[in-house]
Amino acid sequence: MSTGSTPSSAMIRSMLAAGALLICVVSSLFIGVIDMRPAELLSDPEAMWLLSSSRLPRTLAVLLTGVSLAIAGQVMQVLVQNRFVEPATAGSGQSAILGIVLMTLFFPGSSIAATMATASVTALLGTLLFLLMIRRLPPQETYLVPLVGIVYGGVVGSIAIWLAWQADLLQLLDVWMTGEFSGIMRGRYGLLWIAGVLAVFTWFVADQFTIASLGRDHARNLGLDYRTIMALGLLVISVVTAVTIVTVGIIPFIGLVVPNIVSRLHGDNLRYSLPLVAWLGALLTLLSDMVGRLIIAPYEIPVGTVFGVVGAAITLWLLYSKPAMRQA
Amino acid sequence: MIKTRDIDLTLNGNHILNCVSVEIPPGKVTALIGPNGAGKSSLLHTLSRLQNQDSGEVELAGRLLSDYAFDELARHLSVLRQHSTIGSRLRVRDLVAFGRYPHNKGRGTAADDVIVDQALRDFDLGELASRFLETLSGGQRQRALLAMNFAQATDMVLLDEPLNNLDLRHARKLMQLIRRHTDRGRTFALVLHDLNHAARHADHIVAMKNGEVFKAGNKAAVLNSDVLSDLYDTDIRMVTVEGELLALT
Repeated sequence: MSTGSTPSSAMIRSMLAAGALLICVVSSLFIGVIDMRPAELLSDPEAMWLLSSSRLPRTLAVLLTGVSLAIAGQVMQVLVQNRFVEPATAGSGQSAILGIVLMTLFFPGSSIAATMATASVTALLGTLLFLLMIRRLPPQETYLVPLVGIVYGGVVGSIAIWLAWQADLLQLLDVWMTGEFSGIMRGRYGLLWIAGVLAVFTWFVADQFTIASLGRDHARNLGLDYRTIMALGLLVISVVTAVTIVTVGIIPFIGLVVPNIVSRLHGDNLRYSLPLVAWLGALLTLLSDMVGRLIIAPYEIPVGTVFGVVGAAITLWLLYSKPAMRQA
Repeated sequence: MIKTRDIDLTLNGNHILNCVSVEIPPGKVTALIGPNGAGKSSLLHTLSRLQNQDSGEVELAGRLLSDYAFDELARHLSVLRQHSTIGSRLRVRDLVAFGRYPHNKGRGTAADDVIVDQALRDFDLGELASRFLETLSGGQRQRALLAMNFAQATDMVLLDEPLNNLDLRHARKLMQLIRRHTDRGRTFALVLHDLNHAARHADHIVAMKNGEVFKAGNKAAVLNSDVLSDLYDTDIRMVTVEGELLALT
């Protein structure tokens, strides 16, 4: 399976990519309200504590979130067979929030794991309903699918807002509606590792997702158990969505923008493109979070807002530019 | 070899297949012919389990089709639908290589590479191998899909209008390739609209009309003026020119 580049240039590119991410990770560790220099880590115990209790957890949380949201977006685009959907805008995210609101209403004080589990279930049901709805759409009308997704997401989101408003929970709702990492401390982001594990799992079954993206009949012809892979995809989407929303809140556009950029440049053979999707998801999310920390320091702009602006611009570019036609 | 018993299929209230019992003989090229809406494609879909029949049975090599596991079936039987569009941005070679997936589950060996390379050569795709599918013409894309099918290399092959979009040269090449592979013991069933291709390249003909088998048999029995004129409800004359059967329509 040639990707058109020689091994050495591919290796150089991977090293450059890893280097860029590493630079961002290190920078992220030293950006914050408290001024901390790398040299102080050796001499100042406070600095070490700050690093391990706040900066490192935050950076790891950003990376895990970026990777898993980008991959969940890719998986959703495979299941729906449409490039313009992602869990955060097509009802999965809103269904997860609805689940969290219901838990808060009926079982206040339940553990974060229980909340996450419930949010996963409601996200799964919400996504399933979306999949059933778009089956009835004429397949040639590509833009109807994301439109229906946005409307559907809006309806589910409104139900959550109405419930929260009735119960005087609107302020709490805001926590999940805007994604941001400022509250991430040691011990507050552990659930995100579940999302990370699911992202790795997705890569292991990348071939099956690529075959599923050819459509049901081609997938059947190649001996794929189409229903099972659809179910696995649904599971990845809903758990990643629930985990990230419970921990950091909804961050739109990552799942949409990242897979589209990678697809433009490298195509949709997920065995090769998923690592790139993960890398770009991590990089863009981390950059957005760092920009959010710097722009009005010592205050912060939520990463969801930063990425919303960046993501909207990139989406427009994606819609208006032609895909790469190059051969290699 | 495929055998069906009394297949019935109703879709959205329309009777598509009516008590179809048909045999695709092994080691031969079978052509399915008939007017539009006769049920040829639907029959092909039930033979390949893309569509489940309402009643009746399909047997592949003496076993019920429903007894095969998904991946097992994909090693014995392959199908290519008409109007197969692919939305994914895949390179031609990657698509063709997925034809080996039922056999290698994604862990391709050197032997798989040989088969994939051969399929690319058979369909003149060598120079297009690293191009994205969406940059190809309709005929080139059809050839890529056919190459994937040939890489799958199943004993039983079902192709729905495989000549779609192909130019004269590639249409002829495909039929010759099918002949060569049939001589090696593989079995092909093709939906064909061009009677001359059927006359020239098929061994066995299944003529369908109104969801039923109108007539099945060897070329002489089916491809004659009387049967064909009845089948298509229009005058068709079969003549022999330079030893070849030709349909005058």
